[in-house]
Amino acid sequence: MLVDRADLSRRRFLEIGVVTGGLMLSLKLPLARASAAIDPESLAPNAFIRIQHDGQIVLTMPYVEMGQGTYTSIPMLIAEELEVDLKQVRLEHAPPNAKLYGNPIFGGIQCTGGSTSIRAAWLPLREAGAVARTMLISAAAQRWHVDPATCRAQSGEVFHEASGSKIKYGEIAAAAAGLPVPKNVPLKSPADFKLIGTPAKRLDTPAKVNGTAVFGIDVRLPGMKIATLAQSPVFGGRVTSVDDTVARSVKGVRQIIRLDDAVAVVADHFFAAKKGLAALAVEWDDGPHANLTTKEVVRELEQATLQPGAVAQNIGNVTEAMMSAAKKVEATYQVPFLAHATMEPMNCTVHVHKDSCEVWVGNQAIARAQEAAATVTGLPPDKVVVHNHLIGGGFGRRLEIDGVTRAVQIGRHVEGPVKVVWTREEDIRHDMYRPLFFDRISAALDRKGMPLAWNHRFAGSSVLARWFPPAFDKGLDSDTTDGAINLAYALPNVHVEYVHVEPPGIPTAFWRSVGPSHNVFVVESFIDELAAAAGQDPVAYRSSLLDKSPRAKAVLALAAEKAGWGRPMANRTGRGVSVQSAFGGYMAQVAEVEVSENGAVRVRRVVCAVDCGVVVNPDTVRAQIEGAIIFGITAALYGEITLKSGRVEQGNFDTYRMLRMDEAPTIEVHIVRSSEEPGGMGEPGTSAIMPAVANGIYAATGKRLRKLPIDPSQLKST
Amino acid sequence: MMFQIAVNGVDHAVDVDDDTPLLWVLRDVLGMTGTKFGCGEALCGACTVHLDGNPMRSCVTPVGSIGGAKITTIEAAATSAVGARIQKAWLDREVVQCGYCQSGQIMSAWALLARNPHPTDSDIENAMSGNICRCGTYGRIREAIKRAARSHGGEG
Ligand code: FES
Ligand code: FES
Repeated sequence: MLVDRADLSRRRFLEIGVVTGGLMLSLKLPLARASAAIDPESLAPNAFIRIQHDGQIVLTMPYVEMGQGTYTSIPMLIAEELEVDLKQVRLEHAPPNAKLYGNPIFGGIQCTGGSTSIRAAWLPLREAGAVARTMLISAAAQRWHVDPATCRAQSGEVFHEASGSKIKYGEIAAAAAGLPVPKNVPLKSPADFKLIGTPAKRLDTPAKVNGTAVFGIDVRLPGMKIATLAQSPVFGGRVTSVDDTVARSVKGVRQIIRLDDAVAVVADHFFAAKKGLAALAVEWDDGPHANLTTKEVVRELEQATLQPGAVAQNIGNVTEAMMSAAKKVEATYQVPFLAHATMEPMNCTVHVHKDSCEVWVGNQAIARAQEAAATVTGLPPDKVVVHNHLIGGGFGRRLEIDGVTRAVQIGRHVEGPVKVVWTREEDIRHDMYRPLFFDRISAALDRKGMPLAWNHRFAGSSVLARWFPPAFDKGLDSDTTDGAINLAYALPNVHVEYVHVEPPGIPTAFWRSVGPSHNVFVVESFIDELAAAAGQDPVAYRSSLLDKSPRAKAVLALAAEKAGWGRPMANRTGRGVSVQSAFGGYMAQVAEVEVSENGAVRVRRVVCAVDCGVVVNPDTVRAQIEGAIIFGITAALYGEITLKSGRVEQGNFDTYRMLRMDEAPTIEVHIVRSSEEPGGMGEPGTSAIMPAVANGIYAATGKRLRKLPIDPSQLKST
Repeated sequence: MMFQIAVNGVDHAVDVDDDTPLLWVLRDVLGMTGTKFGCGEALCGACTVHLDGNPMRSCVTPVGSIGGAKITTIEAAATSAVGARIQKAWLDREVVQCGYCQSGQIMSAWALLARNPHPTDSDIENAMSGNICRCGTYGRIREAIKRAARSHGGEG
């Protein structure tokens, strides 16, 4: 899809998820010179690379490592063009500086999320490497008085074949730094890639198997205290009174802090803080949402879908087409609020000084973290130093800065540094949740059972409307509708509407995407319903609608073939399929599902075929898909956050269940070789598995479940 | 109260209430942050350590209950042949994603292989299903355990 360049500043963000790679990749990060070179003898032609006099090559990482392998795949892009070995580079976290390190796909906000890292970095970081390489070659050629075209770079050295001269990058860095930064440097052609496409070993893992990796929660500072907190159990409530007599007598408790809507206990160690917190007698004013229940939210959204919403897509004339239908199919679908439950509970360490503030945290949007601390303290942002750390699971949770705000609110009252660590219960009950959505969907089929019209309307929260308001325009944003519009299927008449409703009393946020995690479930379940209504095989039916989308058709065929689609299966077992076009790539999954007599669902095997364009690190792609599938099965089978009396009912892994090893399926990932631009890989696996599981349940039992999570009581054999 | 505890062969004296879980003594008092906090309720396995070689959830193990038992944590994995083999298998198979659960996973796997050098699939499931990995690395953990078992030699 092409977009007018002149309109990009506003639209580039809106197009996320529907664009092909070309648009975002045509956006260039500013190749500014890094400020204040640490070593005047070093070459720092742009904000990402510093080649030091001593030969050290330092890459500044604009994206955060949270398990997705970014710390390996991004350096691969630079190293490929710079002609150095991965072993030769050292990584640094980028400081907050949206100008230098903003994510072009996210409207220039410095953040890691939305499966964008590789997509956003693909051109700019290769260019960064190529610029530096060109300058180093020029400098060497000048020294040798030869034509740069007769020199080449390899493994961190410049060579001149004819004379046999060679020189290390470090030795020529100072001279190269004196040269002008060239424009329009040529990039290597994919045929010449030495690193990209090879399964490089992850660079961040050795420290993660011996206990030395430092996540945000592992920060230690001299004199540091540990705090834990209780926020108003109802969103929007306030503290009315605190009796801390008992809490103060707990050994190790140092300080009790009362905020407007939270209390915190500061202590020598976490357990003392937790014990102190339990001993506090706090009275709350629950505020306006004291009686809120999930049922009420569902009712509100269901009502909302009876009213027209903003038109996200319209093709042809659905109303007319419906009238000529041989058959009509109608359904409602529903997906729940979901918590992130990252393994590392929320935490943030701060030291608030009189005229400055330091923050230690693992966050996906570091410039925002800085801004949050500045807002609470009233300091100018440049007086706030943020030290970013490894993240023990992001999934969207750490695109939010509520944890930083809280920590600074507490830290302001503490002498010296304080680490604020949330209990798991607090982490689940004060998450910001994947929105609940309610969907109405209908289709008209012709005499052969093929769709004539597709009519879809859904209601729920827009995360972008809060997170990045400019991206919410005329009642629509690109994320909420992603996966519901621009379907790969050839449908002659399409009408899709979104009704924006913000349920009060429960905050929402990104969650391993939002749009596709909801829409792909609805669309791929419903297309399965249409195949059933047409009396056709689910794979053949989809395939016949994919002639205009050869990449989608190809992954579907591959997944079906590898899964042994069509082979007979035992009683109460079945295969379910899904196809998706999202995040700049294509994916099909086949799930083998077994439903026990009492309704318990078990996913035995998942076969996934993916075409995500050029693959930078194939092993990382596989790992991301495997993990995303487990994440999606967890959601499909167990994931649900519910409210009662305005309070989140779940609290720990007993009430908010996770898939465990004995429930995990075998997963096979088949990657289609492709030279298309790379797509994102962190999220697609999650959205694609949910309908595959539901469709598998239908194949196994004949029961169509249109609401997540799966309710086993509806699947008991009678 | 003062307690004497032996962690990875080193004696420490710590002054905390006797109900303080070992997890917080390790992390906040001794500064050994390799052992992770995930749930505090023995539900996730992130805090797994060995007491006299047995895997224990340190988040629910009061320091007052330990007595003279030898405590072993992830920081000492490389000092044991089995632990080192597991770490290597973890890297060879690229198990790790965010890495936060992996200290606990490795401690559980280490205790398993120390007792049972050639575990079956169901042995592995029994030993490992108390450890949650939100990044979903289960398949690779299973393979890495088998790889580590194979590298031990023998017929299995
Ligand atoms: S922190 Fe101990 S089992 Fe989860
Ligand atoms: S690797 Fe992230 S939780 Fe296991």
